[in-house]
Amino acid sequence: MRGLLLALFFLAADDATLKAGTFDPPRAAPDFALRGSDGAELRLSHYRGKLVVLGFGFTSCPEVCPTTLATLAQARKQLGAQAKDVQVVYVTVDPERDGVARLKKYLATFDPSFVGGTGTDEQLAAVRKEFGITATRKTSGDSYTFSHSSYTYLIDREGLMRALMPYGQSADDYAHDLRILLRP
Amino acid sequence: MKLRTPVAILVASCAVGAVGWAGLTPIRSASREEIFQIPKGTWARRMAGDKLEILPDDIRLTLGVRDVLVLQNQDDVPQTFGPTLMMPGQSFRLPFAVASDYQFACTAHASGQLTVRVEPFPETPWARLRWRIRELLKPT
Repeated sequence: MRGLLLALFFLAADDATLKAGTFDPPRAAPDFALRGSDGAELRLSHYRGKLVVLGFGFTSCPEVCPTTLATLAQARKQLGAQAKDVQVVYVTVDPERDGVARLKKYLATFDPSFVGGTGTDEQLAAVRKEFGITATRKTSGDSYTFSHSSYTYLIDREGLMRALMPYGQSADDYAHDLRILLRP
Repeated sequence: MKLRTPVAILVASCAVGAVGWAGLTPIRSASREEIFQIPKGTWARRMAGDKLEILPDDIRLTLGVRDVLVLQNQDDVPQTFGPTLMMPGQSFRLPFAVASDYQFACTAHASGQLTVRVEPFPETPWARLRWRIRELLKPT
């Protein structure tokens, strides 16, 4: 009996532990003002009360971004009705190619609720600096690509950066953590 | 000459015993955390020209034994440490559940990259022996 109780305790403890990396103490996510793919100004503070998953990337990204966005779309599906309280925000590192219309079209292929952000080089560099994101442009023939930070931040309803999800985590892991962070 | 044989047998027995123990005894760890800290004053020392290495290029973790990476910024300024920007006094705790190599961008390294190698739990005697030898040789 004691063994069973102990097992249940550890199961419960494990269930409450995030799969993502956690910050202690959590700090307020720096706010920013960019052009949103929905046509409105994109500010993180507009989403207070929602759980925000913030990622950085670009629409021509061959692997990392499509994988992360597809995973996030899958995780939102797993959340069912709770998905309405989760907002995915994807900020481009490639403003030259990623205008508002292109971001909107690209993100809608994963989930129409996703919102993209773009701006000037300077604006985007300032946002990246605030979040510790790296993005290095690499020229390849006539084209170019970016090497960029591939993780996402999980920002809670109060606007606190609670966790960092490394690239490659599954939709199950995202759904697990989002459920925990959505708890009142 | 007469004395040498029993001593050699004793030494060999001890060695076999140690290898047997290292291979057969289950691995337990008081804490599953591998902790790295940016000590107070690091930024000031870097500004003064000291080339301080706090994080190795490669960090090895073992599932079920030491599988939680903990980064602590004890300095007075924000630092990009491992994969993330950390405020003074802030710590970052990242558990791993799958054995794999994880690459993180890290401006603290000349290569710009930090690799965390997460290895499976040492199930077999040979894996336990290897793990213990590596722990023994690990620089403190």
